[in-house]
Amino acid sequence: MIISIASGKGGTGKTTVATNMAVSLGSDVQLLDCDVEEPNAHLFMNPEIDKMETAYTLIPEIDEDKCTFCKKCAEICRFKAIAVVSKTVLTFPELCHSCGGCVVVCPENAVTEAKRELGVVEQGSSGKVKFVHGRLRVGEAMSPPLIKKVRSHIRPDIINIIDAPPGTSCPVIAAMKDTDFVLMVTEPTPFGLHDLTLGVEAVKLLNIPCGLVINRSDIGNKDVWDYAEKENLPILLEIPFDRRIAEAYSRGKMIVDEMPEWKDKFIELYNHIKNLVKREKN
Amino acid sequence: MKIAITSKGTDLDSEVDPRFGRAAYILIVDTFSLGIEVMDNSENVNAFKGAGIQAAAMVGENGAEVLLTGFCGPNAFKTLNAAGVKVANDVTGTVREAVNAFNEGKISFTDTANVEGHW
Amino acid sequence: MKELVILSGKGGTGKTSLTAEFAAISDNRVLCDADVDAADLHLLMNPDIKQRTDFKGGGLAVINSDKCTECGLCIDLCRFDAIKDDFEVNEVECEGCGVCVDLCPEKAIDFPVKTCGEWYISDTRFGPMVHARLGIAEENSGKLVALVRQESRKLAEAKNMDMIITDGPPGVGCPVIASIGGSTSLLIVTEPTVSGIHDMKRVIELAGHFKVPAMVCVNKYDLNPKQTQAIEQMVRNMDVTFLGKIPFDPVFTKSMVQGKTIFEYDKESSTRQFVKNIWDGIMASPEMNQL
Repeated sequence: MIISIASGKGGTGKTTVATNMAVSLGSDVQLLDCDVEEPNAHLFMNPEIDKMETAYTLIPEIDEDKCTFCKKCAEICRFKAIAVVSKTVLTFPELCHSCGGCVVVCPENAVTEAKRELGVVEQGSSGKVKFVHGRLRVGEAMSPPLIKKVRSHIRPDIINIIDAPPGTSCPVIAAMKDTDFVLMVTEPTPFGLHDLTLGVEAVKLLNIPCGLVINRSDIGNKDVWDYAEKENLPILLEIPFDRRIAEAYSRGKMIVDEMPEWKDKFIELYNHIKNLVKREKN
Repeated sequence: MKIAITSKGTDLDSEVDPRFGRAAYILIVDTFSLGIEVMDNSENVNAFKGAGIQAAAMVGENGAEVLLTGFCGPNAFKTLNAAGVKVANDVTGTVREAVNAFNEGKISFTDTANVEGHW
Repeated sequence: MKELVILSGKGGTGKTSLTAEFAAISDNRVLCDADVDAADLHLLMNPDIKQRTDFKGGGLAVINSDKCTECGLCIDLCRFDAIKDDFEVNEVECEGCGVCVDLCPEKAIDFPVKTCGEWYISDTRFGPMVHARLGIAEENSGKLVALVRQESRKLAEAKNMDMIITDGPPGVGCPVIASIGGSTSLLIVTEPTVSGIHDMKRVIELAGHFKVPAMVCVNKYDLNPKQTQAIEQMVRNMDVTFLGKIPFDPVFTKSMVQGKTIFEYDKESSTRQFVKNIWDGIMASPEMNQL
C-alpha cells in the first residue's frame, strides 16, 4: 500500500496528517518525506538516522583528447547544457537533465558521465515506524530525481506514506505518481480551495483515487464542502482549529501525543482509505 | 578588427539592445571600414532555453574578438570566454556610438557576468 | 528599479496575504505573482486581465504510428521511462529531451512544442499586476517565474514606477532560485513553529548562496511567543534584519473570504498597525536602499 499525502497549497497540514497517521498505525509502516526542498516530517518524528547516502544525477564529461569538436553532443542537447566553441567543449551541469543523449550520439566515445550532487537521502526509524527523507542541496534546482531516490525505498510489504511537496508541477507529480491513493489536505479558505482544485486536476491526470482531509475545518467558509460534493470526493477527516493543536505543532509535537483521543481517528482514516483502495481494485 | 554588438535594428544607427541572448540582432562590425554583417538572432529570441549560450557560440564562430552589450549572464559569459571573446557590459546608445567609443578606447571590459542566469 | 521578493520556505505562513496587504498600503509599484505553480494573489486582487499570452514550453515526443516499426530503440534510449511497450509516449513522464526524436531510425517521432501555461498583464484596484498560470503537471516553472518577473520589470519601466513587489513560491528549488536572482532584497515570512524555523533557515542559506540580502518577519507570532523570541535572536545572530511580528488574527481569513485585504475589510483591526510597521521597516531598511 502506497498513500501519498498532497495539498496544492502549502501549510495546510500535509506533514501533520502524514506523521500522525504513521505514528498512529505504529508498526509495519514507513514514512517517506518527499518534500525534499523543505523536509519537515523529521522535526516531528525525531527519527534515529542509521544510514545516509549522497544522491547524484549524471552529467556529461568530455574527453577532449578523443573529441573532434563535431558538435553532435551540443546539437542533441535540448537543454543547452553543452556548447562547442572553437576547440573547447563547455558543459553547464546545472542545465543538464541527465537524458544521456550526448553519450549515445558521440561518434568518438568521448562523452562519459560524471556525477552532480543532488542532496542526501537519510534512512532510519522512529519507534517502530520506518523513516526515509531526502534533503535537496541548497542551491540545487532539480528535485524530481532526488524524489525518485527517496521513493526507491518504498517497500511493497508494508504501508508506505509519502509526504509530497506542495504545488502541482513536476516535483508533486514525481511524489504522487504510481501510488494507490492520494489524500489531499486542504483548508476551507479561498486560497485553500483554489489550490485544492489544481491539486485534484493533477490527481485526475494520474488517474489515482483521491479523498480529502479538511484541516482547520471551522474557519473560512463552506465552499470546499460544495466542491467536494460536486467532484464526488469523499471527506475522510475534519480537524477543527484548536489552539492546542497549533501550539503543539509549533513545538514539534504530534497531535496524537498531546491528545491521544486522536489516534483512533487517524487509524480510522487509514482504514477508510484501505477500503476505498480495495473497492477501486475490484 | 571585428566586434559584435547587440542591436535592436540592422544598421549603425540602431539602438544597442541591452539583452544579449535574446537581442533582436547581433551585428558584426569591422572597426576600420564600419562594414556590417547582420546576424539574425530571432531563433535565440524565441529559444526555450540557453539563448545566451547559443548566441555566445554564434558570436565566437563569426570571428568577433569583442562583444559590446548591455547585460550578459554567467553561462553566456563562460561561453564567450572560452571562445576568446572579450565582453563589455552596460553599453548604451546607438551601434555607431558604441563602435566610436570602442575605437577611442573608452570601453572597459569585464571579467564577470553582470546579471544572474535567466533560466 | 527596486524589487522586493516575498518568500517563506514553508507554505501557508501568510506570504500571499501579506503581499496583498502591502499592495493596499503602497503605491507606484507593480505587483508580480511569481508563485506560478499555485498562484493565489489574484483571489484577493480580482484582476481585470488586459493582455493574455501563451507560455510555450519545450517539445514533447509524439510517435507517428504509421512510420513506427516498433524496433524498440526509443524505449531503450529513454531514461525517463516515458515510452511503454505499446509505443505511446506518456506525456507526464516525457522530459522533452528529444533523444528518441533524433535517433529514431525511421524518423517516426515528432516533437511539437507544447503550450504549458499562460501569463497575464492586468489592472487591479491597487495598480498593475503581472501573473501567470502554469498548466497542471508541467515542469519549467522556473522559466515562467523568470518571465513574469521580466515582464513586471518592463511594465514598471513603461509606467514610470520604481518598485516591484513579488509574491514568491514556496520551497528552495527551481522556481525559488528563479525568483531571487537580481532582486533588491527578500522578505522571509515565517511562523513560530519548528517547521517554519527549519524552512526559514534554508531560505536564508539560499539567499546567501545567491548574494541577495534577506529580512525576516514572524507571522502568527502569538501562537508561540517563546519560539518567536528564539527566531528573533537566531535571525540577528545570522546578521539578518528582523523586521517585526504580526499576531495570529482570524481577520485575515475573514477578509480573504470577502476577497479583500484587512485594510479594506476592517478599519478597526489593530493588526493593521503591525503590518504597517513591517512595511515601513522594509521601505526604510538599508537592504531595500542599497546602491
